[in-house]
Parts: sequence; C-alpha cells; structure tokens
Amino acid sequence: MFTPAEDENRRLLRARDAIDREYSAPLDVPSLAAVAYMSPAHFARRFRAVFGETPYRYLQRRRIERACALLRDTSEPVTDVARTVGYDSLGTFSRTFTAVVGRSPTRYRQDARPVPAPVCFTKAWTRPSSFGEASPAARP
Amino acid sequence: MFTGIAIHSVYVLDQEEALAFYVDTLGLEVTSDVDMGFMRWLTVAVPGQPERRILLEVPGPPSMSEETAAQVRSLVTRGALGTAAILTTDDCRATYAALAAKGVEFTEKPTEQPYGIDCALRDPFGNHLRITQEVPVRDITDDDLRRWGGA
Repeated sequence: MFTPAEDENRRLLRARDAIDREYSAPLDVPSLAAVAYMSPAHFARRFRAVFGETPYRYLQRRRIERACALLRDTSEPVTDVARTVGYDSLGTFSRTFTAVVGRSPTRYRQDARPVPAPVCFTKAWTRPSSFGEASPAARP
Repeated sequence: MFTGIAIHSVYVLDQEEALAFYVDTLGLEVTSDVDMGFMRWLTVAVPGQPERRILLEVPGPPSMSEETAAQVRSLVTRGALGTAAILTTDDCRATYAALAAKGVEFTEKPTEQPYGIDCALRDPFGNHLRITQEVPVRDITDDDLRRWGGA
C-alpha cells in the first residue's frame, strides 16, 4: 500500500504524534527514533527533511504552544504551567517562552483571549515554528 | 439557499483498507460502493445519518497525474492534509476506550476542552480525525476578565 517513502513518512508522523502527545515527558531522539523504527541519526535527518525542523525544535515549540494554551485558558500559576509542559526550571521556561513568543509568560497571559476553535486547529496554527511564526491574525 | 453538506472527500491510499478502518473499526456504514469503471465510488456515513457522507477517494490518474498523485499521497502520509472529519459522540471516553482496545492509533487521549471532551486519532494512511463530545460553549466570566486585566 505504501511506497518506501510513504512508509517512512508514516513512521515519522507517528514519532511527531508522540511528541504532540507526550510533550511534557523528557523525550529524547533515541526514544523518538524507536517509535519510527530508525536509527537516531537517520531519524533526526529525515524528521528535519520531512517536517522542516529538528525533533528538538518541534518539541520545544509544542511545549511553548501548550504553555500558551494553559496561560490563556486557565489560572494556573506560571510555575505550574512550566512544570506541566515539561520544564523543570522556571528560568529556562521563561527565557525560552520570551525568546519564542516575544513576550513574557505573564505578559502573554495579560494580553491573551480565548480561542473558540477545536484544539487541533489551535495546536496546528498557534505553534510557533522555525519555518514561519503563526500569523498575527492567528496568534491569540 | 443551501440546505446542508452532503459529501466531503477524504484521500485514502487503499479503499479496502479504508473500508476495514472506517467501517469495521470505527463503525461507520457504507452508503455507496459502486464500480463506475473510471473510479470506485465509495462513501461511508455515521449510522443513521446517510445524508452526511464521506467519500473515500484514491488519488490517481486520470483525475490527476501520477506525479500529482504521488505528492498527494506524500502529504497524506505526512499528516499534512488537515482534519478529515470531526465525529461527535455522546461519550468520548467510552468511545476512546472501545477504539483503543481495537488498536486505533490515538494522537490525543480524551481531554476536557471549553467546547467539550475530545480526543484525536489517525486513520491508517495518516489522516487526522477527532471525536468530540460537545457541550455548550461557556460564557466569558468575571474571572476571565480579571485574568485578562479588563476588569
């Protein structure tokens, strides 16, 4: 049913789905490569070729996107938000968040408004990416 | 002017495998399965809702060139063709449990959202589907306004 390239796509997609599902866990390339039935080096190369960014960058920005959702939709303290999305250090979370989003988590929360769309669209369209930030219109 | 949405198309890579997944596993039912010579017209629907069908279509010539079909197949398997459907249910968690027991590849477990409880899965080809137990959208509260700095 699949060509070899399509089969590879499908296995890489399973690994990307694992990032989306388990972003708060301490994921690493070897464990993700195992999901795709690839060696770690080959997995890292092919993931970038197929999805346009490294697995680590994808994970980092998924965590930040989920943090945005928690800041927007809940009253959880920033410290708890950081821990929930996979950051042990509040300092690392705040620095990464500010670098990616352009605002501190607290400022983001002050400015944010709810997003009235199913979460899959929010996750797809508000995750900052290394090949194009979410458009201003889509950014909550 | 319009009275509804009758059919939307989802690209699948193999119609027999699509039937096995959408009908045998998910529990949809076949509403049309006609060999028209140039294509197999295969539609499925939620039981009891035959007026709202999903066309399970294989990309290929003469509808599109082999080259274009290969690109579409690549996009399907990369999960890049968007959401194939959002199915509704009265009990998302029970539906998730039943389908997970059948080996369905879930990408999200049931999670409470402002609009209800939902989860997500992929079909065998990479298409994304959601299952939602809808609830009325809640109103914006004073707590929301305080949190946003507007009150």
